[in-house]
Amino acid sequence: MNTLKRILGLVWMLAGPAILVYLMMEASKKIALPNSTSNDILQWGIIIGIFCPIALGFMLFGYFSWKGEYDLGPEFHPK
Amino acid sequence: MSSQQKYSKGIWSVITASSVGTLIEWYDFYIFGSLATIIATQFFPEDKGSSALLSTLAIFAAGFIVRPFGALVFGRLGDLVGRKYTFLLTLVLMGGSTFCIGLIPGYKTIGVAAPLLVLLLRLIQGLALGGEYGGAATYVAEHSPIERRGFFTSWIQTTASLGLFVSLGIILFTRNTLGVEAFMDWGWRIPFLVSSVLVIVSIYIRLKMEESPLFTKLKKEGKTSTNPLKESFTKKANLKMVLLALFGAVMGQGVIWYTGQFYAQSFIENVCKIDFSQSRTILLWAIAFATPFFVVFGALSDKVGRKWIMMLGMFLGIISYRSIYQHFLDRSSDKEKVEIVQDKTIERKAKFIESTGDSLVKTVTQKFYTDGARFIETKTDTFYVAKASFGRMPTVKIEKLLGDGDYWMFVFLIFFQVLLVTMVYGPIAAFLVELFPTRIRYTSMSLPYHIGNGVFGGLVPFISTLIIEYTKTAENPTGSPLAGLWYPIAVASVCLVIGTLYLSNEVDHNVRDDENVYIHPGHSNIPNH
Repeated sequence: MNTLKRILGLVWMLAGPAILVYLMMEASKKIALPNSTSNDILQWGIIIGIFCPIALGFMLFGYFSWKGEYDLGPEFHPK
Repeated sequence: MSSQQKYSKGIWSVITASSVGTLIEWYDFYIFGSLATIIATQFFPEDKGSSALLSTLAIFAAGFIVRPFGALVFGRLGDLVGRKYTFLLTLVLMGGSTFCIGLIPGYKTIGVAAPLLVLLLRLIQGLALGGEYGGAATYVAEHSPIERRGFFTSWIQTTASLGLFVSLGIILFTRNTLGVEAFMDWGWRIPFLVSSVLVIVSIYIRLKMEESPLFTKLKKEGKTSTNPLKESFTKKANLKMVLLALFGAVMGQGVIWYTGQFYAQSFIENVCKIDFSQSRTILLWAIAFATPFFVVFGALSDKVGRKWIMMLGMFLGIISYRSIYQHFLDRSSDKEKVEIVQDKTIERKAKFIESTGDSLVKTVTQKFYTDGARFIETKTDTFYVAKASFGRMPTVKIEKLLGDGDYWMFVFLIFFQVLLVTMVYGPIAAFLVELFPTRIRYTSMSLPYHIGNGVFGGLVPFISTLIIEYTKTAENPTGSPLAGLWYPIAVASVCLVIGTLYLSNEVDHNVRDDENVYIHPGHSNIPNH
């Protein structure tokens, strides 16, 4: 189980920036459309702006997992 | 009165005071969402209908996006000065801004100031909500007997659904009492103004409450945190738990919550074209039937653990959403219905436009079906005198009234989705409370909760609509209506994997932080507070 958590840690680490890059590509495509409006820019700006720290958090979660920080369940973590 | 009786009376007072206030905050927050279309027409330029709606949706999203900031601001305050005064402040801010939205003059009267004021007040609402829930859940959990924390905190969990229930109920009641025209004109303000009465009652109740015993003890001992934000998010041991709570539980819970209630109602109204009142009463019935299960699953989590109940709820959502929504489409379509042809009615009315000499022609066609369904198509067209012909693009509005059988099937399908909500949401307050220490609990649990619900959950309608946009082609101009479900399914799937692998089913019976005491659920030899 711990090996699986560590391997998945790598997946989560890569997934964070991958999701962000995908969102940015989609945003640029959508904004570049001839019929796009300022509303499109606003919407995509909001989405990317809020998903940036979340993606960073997901990478950090993956890093902790990869390093074996979650090998023990939450019950073993000191408060 | 024995000490047990006193304690029992005390805990129910705590739950009542906390729950009523939280319910009102949810009510305040939801009436804006429920009335988004009307707000768009009132506060934005009339000639930009769709732009106005999008702007309102953006404001709606902004309401959700600022929630995490509210969690930080008020979470910090709650860990520094105490739970009681912090969530009193959030209640005042929420109630005040809701009341003020009901008073803002429309765009026609004060121009661009109207949408700006709405945006400002909506942001305050989001901030206040961000501070409310964590405080209420922490406050109740810190008063609860240790082996029944899931049961007692689950009462707080009922408030989000009940807030939605009350908001829909008051909107429907006001609309039906005043009539559609008066409601659209000014009656929509009443649900906002009603909030002030509810908030005053709630403030009165909350003022009589005492501070959480665990926080009071910490304060007496001088052990409260001096910098809860720093301690919550820079201390590795705690940051790891914040991330685990978010990605292993709350983000999945958030999308299940918003899909089961908001997206379901929006889908049957806007995609299936179910009548305004019927689409809301369906949701009202479903919430009424499902709400007791918050308490059922909260109590069950004390016995069997929190993790598997939440994971099962996510799993059932992932595997059932597409078939449920396909069923909505099938049952609201006329393909499998038998029309009673002789009952069909067509009514045409023309309204003369004095200024141009043209006429506005409204044609209402009603079709009746053997299963009791009635489909109404209202076509509005302009007859131009100069051209002696009709305009090219008549507006067509379709409203479907379901027959009894389909109506109750819809209630059942939404009830099932809300039942999944109760599975993921019922135990989660206790789960979050037990993950963090008292001195930084308010801050630490509020942030993942509001990112999971506010961002991942709150954006379900928004992102799902965007996904549907991408499926639109020249051959299929309306796009695939089920495509939007891929967003909640994907988020819940990732959360299910993380939760299953990384979370523990053990229950921490010691939120007093003397030492970590995790034991198997259902263990009875636990000392009480």
